[in-house]
Amino acid sequence: MSNVSLPDAQLVARCRAGDHEAWRELVQRFSRYVYGIAVQAFRLPEHDAEDVFQEVFARAYERLHTLRDDAAVRPWLAQLTRRLCIDRLRAGSHEELADEVEPREADDTLARLDEALSVHEALAGLPEHCREILDRFFARDESYHAIGEALSLPAGTIASRISRCLAKLRVEFEGRNLPPAPS
Amino acid sequence: MTPAHRYDEERLAELLAALPPPPEAWVRAAEELPLARRGLDELVARAEADAEFRQALIADLEAAVAGAGYEPDPLLLAALRERVVRL
Repeated sequence: MSNVSLPDAQLVARCRAGDHEAWRELVQRFSRYVYGIAVQAFRLPEHDAEDVFQEVFARAYERLHTLRDDAAVRPWLAQLTRRLCIDRLRAGSHEELADEVEPREADDTLARLDEALSVHEALAGLPEHCREILDRFFARDESYHAIGEALSLPAGTIASRISRCLAKLRVEFEGRNLPPAPS
Repeated sequence: MTPAHRYDEERLAELLAALPPPPEAWVRAAEELPLARRGLDELVARAEADAEFRQALIADLEAAVAGAGYEPDPLLLAALRERVVRL
């Protein structure tokens, strides 16, 4: 099984065993999530977000062996990022405001980012051409023209391909989130 | 988890857009952490064995790291600084 399709717990176990490729996949898998927490939930400016981003992964790498449940790496990283963002905001605020640095909507934004990451994980179950086109259009905000150039596709076919791939993503996502069958 | 039937195509599109990628350089630096750490272990081992190199690190950490053939990455320097003072 390639690292891309490994469940979180197995990926963490491989990282802990010193598998560099597994570590690269872990960074790829969670980089957008960590970035999103820093810039969307905590509204850090880019240079502070970069420091937090690097510190999150540095600490994760050093402390991966302290994780009690390998499957809980996502909330663990979220908590680590949150703490480092708060530290960063506190360091830059006046002392008397230090307890109120967390934006009020941070919890709502974190919940939305969690949902978004689940949708991104479902992308992994789609064919490569669908993953590519959906990511370029929605997450990277590329134009039809840019996507057509990059993927050697006629620009006139991009919209219909996006629509078909979104429908496939819905099926894939629903398949991953079916309620348990009644016993 | 919220029931899946709430996730129509429009909602999925919004959620895809909610996670843009960070700058590539950030991701690359994080991916290379294990390599940086390997450099760290080698530098610390050399500092333990070689008093002259240890003094060079104490005198000018960045120059000594670069002189030893390693990229003086800020994370590597910070970690090495911590380790060297404990030698």
